[in-house]
Amino acid sequence: MRYLGLRFLQSIFVLLGVSLLSFIFLELAPGDFFDEIRLNPQISGATVTNLRKQYGLDQPLPRRYVRWVNSAARGQLGFSFAYNAPVAPLLWARSRNTLLLTGSATILAWLIALPLGIMSAARRHGWIHHLCALLTSTLLATPDLLLALGFLFLAVHFHWFHAGGMFSREGAAEGTWAQSKDLAAHLVLPVAVLVLGSLPILLRHTRAAMLEVLDSAYVRAARGHGISRWRILFRHALPAAINPLVSLFGFSLGSLLSASLLTEVVMSWPGLGPLLLEAVLARDIYVVIGAVVFSTLFLVLGTLVADVLLFAADPRIRGTGIRTTAIRTKGLA
Amino acid sequence: MAILLVCLGGLHLAVLTAGFLSPYDVAQQDRELPFAPPTRIHFIDGQGITRWRPFVCLLAEDPGQFGVYHEDIQKCFPIRFLVKGTSYRWGGVFESSRHLFGVDPPARLFLMGTDGFGRDLFSRFLYGGQISLSAGLLASLLSLALGTLLGMASGFYGGWLDAAIMRFGELFIALPWLYLLFALRAFLPLNVSPARAFLLLIAVIGTVGWARPARLIRGVVLSGKKQHYVLAARIFGGSGVYVMRRHILPQTYSIIVTQAVLLVPQYILAEVTLSFLGLGVGEPVPSWGNMLASLQQYHVMVSYWWMLLPGIALVPVFLGYVLLANVLRVPGHVRV
Repeated sequence: MRYLGLRFLQSIFVLLGVSLLSFIFLELAPGDFFDEIRLNPQISGATVTNLRKQYGLDQPLPRRYVRWVNSAARGQLGFSFAYNAPVAPLLWARSRNTLLLTGSATILAWLIALPLGIMSAARRHGWIHHLCALLTSTLLATPDLLLALGFLFLAVHFHWFHAGGMFSREGAAEGTWAQSKDLAAHLVLPVAVLVLGSLPILLRHTRAAMLEVLDSAYVRAARGHGISRWRILFRHALPAAINPLVSLFGFSLGSLLSASLLTEVVMSWPGLGPLLLEAVLARDIYVVIGAVVFSTLFLVLGTLVADVLLFAADPRIRGTGIRTTAIRTKGLA
Repeated sequence: MAILLVCLGGLHLAVLTAGFLSPYDVAQQDRELPFAPPTRIHFIDGQGITRWRPFVCLLAEDPGQFGVYHEDIQKCFPIRFLVKGTSYRWGGVFESSRHLFGVDPPARLFLMGTDGFGRDLFSRFLYGGQISLSAGLLASLLSLALGTLLGMASGFYGGWLDAAIMRFGELFIALPWLYLLFALRAFLPLNVSPARAFLLLIAVIGTVGWARPARLIRGVVLSGKKQHYVLAARIFGGSGVYVMRRHILPQTYSIIVTQAVLLVPQYILAEVTLSFLGLGVGEPVPSWGNMLASLQQYHVMVSYWWMLLPGIALVPVFLGYVLLANVLRVPGHVRV
């Protein structure tokens, strides 16, 4: 329990650090949201100054940061200039869609990667392995952007599924069942992109973790005892190999969030991606900071969940207490 | 390994000599031929006779229909090599106007078709590679330099400096990279000239990724500074900086090289992504990212499939780097 508490504290520090870092960069940046307004000849300079005052942009950085933390504690995360509303509710509505997308993609990707990875490790030179190797190399070399564009292109050409958006036109589907069917049809393409994008890394790690365990002495001993192949794979090898995979689950969320950002923009899925892009283009700084903090929050939560899972799955960790977590980002190999 | 390096090297060389290999200038517009499909290269002429020299036919727009073309099979123009065309500079120095291949006007040779302004996509792809590849390479250089500097300082001096640098690095690693990239980009000016945007882009992408190499290099330094010959050098009175440069830095070379192989494609992709979203290098300068940007328009996506070609042409580049990374990971192949 102490271990989890420490991890939790650490996460809060990460969040604070990220927000502080964003603020410092913000201070270094030239210009703000009201620069665009200033160009409008119908709005006087005094109005702009007043507006800046009203939004607190004329105050020094430390005070603004304290104000922002205050507002974050109240669950507002600052104020959006463009939407003229608190940031948190805006982000929350969008991030539910992002979570739906990434959540389904994660589940599906693992459901595909685990069996494939295990099988390709079990038969080291079998056709499954060669298929997987080909698949991972090709997918690794295909940028997410191209995957998204390619799927969209195919969908538009062959009228597969529903390309773009989250629901069909309003009123096209009535009732909960019809609506969820509509939603599922819209989910197919972006989820496919995300799954294919994250699959190669998951596959590789699954295979590597399984191979490492399968080469160990106790598995050879078990084989010598005449224990069946399947039992060795799933009863003896898999639980031992699951440890790095659970950590990977936490880390892979980060790259998945990035990929989802892009996919959302390309497929006009109403998630955090389009909102963030608009905010960047409009210099709606607090929305940008809010989105970054939100994504960090997801990542931190994902790592926490992975830690809890590890705690449950691996008796070695329960025994030793604090584990130094090596946080890795998306590696290409 | 050798074949791989030759292929990758060839790709980079092709991009470097874009002026020679591309038949047209990047800014050259054919207002008569917007969204022309890739030009068909013929070997058999109208009479059914096989010509020894491949040829193309004059393209004409169908009357009354925008962007629909037919070939005029009567008007044939052979493909010539080393033709004279618009002038360019070899590596920015020697001026030349020879192109590897081309056809005599009024015919046009568009290997990948044209975009909405009638600009040759193939030429733009080659020139765009100059931006994208150099952005990837320079940004990795920046990242690795930062990472090496901070990682070595962190590992060598230890103590509070180590703790500070590593905690700071964890913040960078904790964030999803595209969000971080967006955030950094958000704080920089939006409407800048392509040249400045290019430099900004390199700075942004390069800064985002310093933490991972720094961690790895710190690890090498930690074990490296306990090596006997390093200790000996210190005892003989070598200063910290001297020992680091002379004895510890060489130990990190293999890490730096493998990291570069991982970072370069990632950063090329980062450039492509940002330019695609309109946050990177802008028109009229071509880059692999902004060439794909027009696909965000529905009618382009529906009607003109060849606009996807520059994207598909990216795959060999990334494949080369991925395979290289694979090969380098294999024990015994660590040397380059």
